[in-house]
Amino acid sequence: MTASADKPRLSREHMLDLLRQMIRIRRFEDKCAELYTQEKIRGFLHLYDGEEAIAVGVIPVLEKRDRIVATYREHGHALVRGVPMTTVMAEMYGKQEGCSHGRGGSMHLFDKTTNFHGGNAIVGGGLPLAIGLALAEKMQGNNVVTACFFGEGAVAEGEFHESLNLAALWGLPVLFVCENNLYAMGTALALSESEMDIQHKAACYRIAAEAVDGMDVVAVEAAARRAVHTVRESGKPYFLECRTYRLRPHSMFDPQLYRDKAEVEKWRPNEPIVRFKEWLQSNHMIHPDEVSRIEAEVDAEIAAAVAFAEAGTWEPVEQLTRFTYAEIGSPA
Amino acid sequence: MQDQTAQSGTKEITYREAVREALRDALKRDSRVFLMGEDVGRYGGCYAVSHGLLAEFGPERIRDTPLSESGFTGAGIGAAMAGLRPIVEVMTVNFSLLALDQILNTAATVRHMSGNQFGVPVVIRMATGAGRQLAAQHSHSLEGWYAHIPGIKVLAPATLEDARGMLWTALQDPEPVLIFENDMMYNLAGKLAADAGPVDISKAAVRRSGRDVSLITYGGSLWKTLEAATALATEGIEAEVIDLRSLRPLDDATIMASVAKTRRAVIVDEGWRSGSLAAEIGMRIVEQSFWSLDAPIGRVCSEEVPVPYPRHLEIAALPQAPKIVAAAKAALGRK
Repeated sequence: MTASADKPRLSREHMLDLLRQMIRIRRFEDKCAELYTQEKIRGFLHLYDGEEAIAVGVIPVLEKRDRIVATYREHGHALVRGVPMTTVMAEMYGKQEGCSHGRGGSMHLFDKTTNFHGGNAIVGGGLPLAIGLALAEKMQGNNVVTACFFGEGAVAEGEFHESLNLAALWGLPVLFVCENNLYAMGTALALSESEMDIQHKAACYRIAAEAVDGMDVVAVEAAARRAVHTVRESGKPYFLECRTYRLRPHSMFDPQLYRDKAEVEKWRPNEPIVRFKEWLQSNHMIHPDEVSRIEAEVDAEIAAAVAFAEAGTWEPVEQLTRFTYAEIGSPA
Repeated sequence: MQDQTAQSGTKEITYREAVREALRDALKRDSRVFLMGEDVGRYGGCYAVSHGLLAEFGPERIRDTPLSESGFTGAGIGAAMAGLRPIVEVMTVNFSLLALDQILNTAATVRHMSGNQFGVPVVIRMATGAGRQLAAQHSHSLEGWYAHIPGIKVLAPATLEDARGMLWTALQDPEPVLIFENDMMYNLAGKLAADAGPVDISKAAVRRSGRDVSLITYGGSLWKTLEAATALATEGIEAEVIDLRSLRPLDDATIMASVAKTRRAVIVDEGWRSGSLAAEIGMRIVEQSFWSLDAPIGRVCSEEVPVPYPRHLEIAALPQAPKIVAAAKAALGRK
């Protein structure tokens, strides 16, 4: 670390890493969309296209001991957290080599070794879980931050309000990260919230909050450093609203009847990878060759992940009911 | 715990006190255990079960919560995942519906969905049942709904021994365990062994042995069923009474062994009849013991109506000993 805990790191190496992580997510998911059309991946598939700067800006700021609760749009979070791309891709396939043994699929990536507590496909359902994780760490005297990601759609759920209240009331070290992409599936923010400035919700619970341009990875990282530092030092919750936009449909089934193509096109130039690349180039921090090199490396990683998933095996049907209950040696 | 009776002796105790002793014992034995729920601390528990525990264990471990059933039940689930052993108290099963999302979509699914990486060793206690004229939002028996869910275990302690002994065993279990305490039983008094401790939570118990008909029940209905069995005995009918104890998993072996002996079965369940736990048990008997049966299986369940307030209507809505006697006699072809 060359900078103090709450200050952004502007080294060239770090900037390249931010870019690399965003490209990793984008290209991984582009491959997933392609595999979906080939019916290699089934079920729901929610892509993070346009929102990558949030996971990439926030998660590397966390420490290994910290915990993460994510949503069903969590491929990027898992990858940035360090869940191997091979096992993430195998999970997308439903193979037993997947990070959730193939049982979860796209929406339920779990990884105990990185304290990744899952993709949760119940909107708002992860928030109470994060409260409990943080409560346990606090009661055990551990200085652990629990980062809880959720969309702005979750803000309309009762569990959001119950959880913010509990976090503030009990003084729990939770970093709430609201990924505000303006649509709860197809329902625009204006149709679901009386107060559309989401960060203000936190004030009702006396939780410190800020909003940040969620498509500017440097800004997200700077805000995340402030936020994580504050949570760790104070032991209290912090609310970070990351304003972003989902460039792809909600899922692969979504015909996007609720928004104009023009609206999407208006947002496209703002997308985090192009923006960051241009910024790096205009500041002479990166050479086009380096971008090509990153892309080639990422493509090789993706090819290896696909090969891993293809070579993976189907769980024998005889094991269908395993892990509904614990077996001897299972984690409590 | 203050009882001075010799180890081999017994002591007078209520069901409420037995649950409290179980809580106190667990809190003393395991520093990871804590109790949280609405009014468990300063108020002493809605049914006075946790009275006195706040003074003994402090507000961190006897944790009053806001009226946020989903929030604090989910918090219990998360805390269990992170290494603690929370006991979540939900005031009544009716209120637990506000936490059903967390219980079903998180607690019951996480082990499977994560490929066995995470377990949720939480215990969730709640009151169930009618009989106190609390009307249609505080009186239902929905434990059968919970017993439908793979991934959790469901217990119904009906005796002082089980009220005292099931909690610790449930806390040792790697799964989410729901414990349903029938609210008519909190004042139940009787003798309990001074050294009573943890009990098995996997087997049903034969509470009365008999050869003529099997009466299969659980929870608060056990006492009405035993009363019915006593009445039947005066007419020369020897009923066997099975206390299920665990509603999920069900102990089929004990049920089938009894039916093989008596060849007749009546199920007593305070839940509504349609889609009930009684229906499940009846079907299992049909599947596994059809050729042993000498008579159609009978059921005594709650009437299909929201539980009414007036005393006489509430009594009429619930299983009662005379109805159980009548059902048992019908199974025997007697009037």
